[in-house]
Amino acid sequence: MDLKKASFWGYKRENGRVGVRNHVLILPVDDLSNAAAQAVENNVKGAMAIPHPYGRLQFGADLDLHFRTLIGTGCNPNVAAVVVICIEDGWAKKVADGIAATGKPVAYFGIEQHGDHDTIMRASKKAKEYVQWASELRREERPLKDLWVSTKCGESDTTSGCGANPTVGNAFDKLYPHGVTLVFGETTELTGGEHLVAARCRNDEVRKKFQFMFDRYQAIIDKHKTSDLSDSQPTKGNIEGGLTTIEEKALGNIQKIGRKCMVDGVLDKAESPTGPGLWFMDSSSAAAEMLTLLGAAGFAVHFFPTGQGNVVGNPILPVIKLSANPRTVRTMSEHIDVDVSGLLRKEMNPDQAGDRLLECMFRTANGRLTAAEALGHREFVLTRLYESA
Amino acid sequence: MIHFVVHEEGDGVGVVVVEGVKKGQELVGWIMEDDKELRITARSDIPIGHKLALKDYRPGDTVIKYGVDIGKVVAPIARGEHTHVQNLKTKRW
Repeated sequence: MDLKKASFWGYKRENGRVGVRNHVLILPVDDLSNAAAQAVENNVKGAMAIPHPYGRLQFGADLDLHFRTLIGTGCNPNVAAVVVICIEDGWAKKVADGIAATGKPVAYFGIEQHGDHDTIMRASKKAKEYVQWASELRREERPLKDLWVSTKCGESDTTSGCGANPTVGNAFDKLYPHGVTLVFGETTELTGGEHLVAARCRNDEVRKKFQFMFDRYQAIIDKHKTSDLSDSQPTKGNIEGGLTTIEEKALGNIQKIGRKCMVDGVLDKAESPTGPGLWFMDSSSAAAEMLTLLGAAGFAVHFFPTGQGNVVGNPILPVIKLSANPRTVRTMSEHIDVDVSGLLRKEMNPDQAGDRLLECMFRTANGRLTAAEALGHREFVLTRLYESA
Repeated sequence: MIHFVVHEEGDGVGVVVVEGVKKGQELVGWIMEDDKELRITARSDIPIGHKLALKDYRPGDTVIKYGVDIGKVVAPIARGEHTHVQNLKTKRW
């Protein structure tokens, strides 16, 4: 596929970033505000609440990550406008101010001294105003380089490493020379192949930062590890699918970064890249957690290879699913956007599979709903670093 | 028809990519990197996605896949036999 003059139709936001969706978010800062946020969603058609269970008594780096994730989610270019709801005004304002830095419309509401009813009424009026405003925004043609594309796989099996992950790698190798911003992560899931990622780092500074993130996560694993990591890495599903060890899983995982791209930089969780190229983000390998961090970092489209059939989605980030497992594409077809099972029958080569994924990427960017979006998968899962106070 | 794939020449295991492989079945494998074929007899029923050994292994041996170490053998494995958690373990955790 010749990408030299490639473009897509997106929503150019106030800060210059380009989104491929036009969501009006109702964003609760804490667990207590979920009920009001969901009531607003119910009152205003086209508004989307993203409830979650955290935000109280967190402190230090864990709280910083909470704010970075919420603010980043609001800042994502797939979001047109945001209504923030919190139990009190102070942190509502903090989150709203963070989002307002993008220039997009944002309003905040604290529940204390008002109660749910009054808060819901005021927030609903604002949400209605935003939804009607956003409905008149129009897509415009933008160059490919304006698209930020993330990847992370889930419920992998051995076919992921043979088929679906190399397909993403092929697509990444094709996107990289055109100045697209790309990211991968899943820190523990590089175990056994970390030397291969280190060898792909652009320079010693990037390599050192990558090694620091990798070692930091290994220290957590070492501190808490159980026999075979309690069937969590590889997961029960991975093992059912034929993956035996973390090393084997990691080597399949790494196929996603292709053969030519260099790792240009390293990000902490939910941190935004500062330029084009391939970035590594330190993250959990749990699907919904990492997708939430990627959305918060500003990514607009996601490649999600699966073997056994992970069904995850995200509220703001369209998740494109691809699989090379012929059984999964047959038994779970409603979840799969791109079938690359032909790779394992030699009916398709990696170049053709990569093109098929890119074709789906452009259609998705231009507005076609992914399977996960059509099925209502909106998992929004915040990463916690340690216990609340 | 391809029954299993091998990432690289020199890998000690292949991945079954069709459903219903039975013990005693003659299998055709595809080495993806070099686009070569090899043949092997299955010594176990092997589910789709699961591995078969391309050589005999003794406990303590290292298994190579993608040209890289993927763990240590903990029970003897014969060529053509199902290779999974019952005979292969991580060296890391």
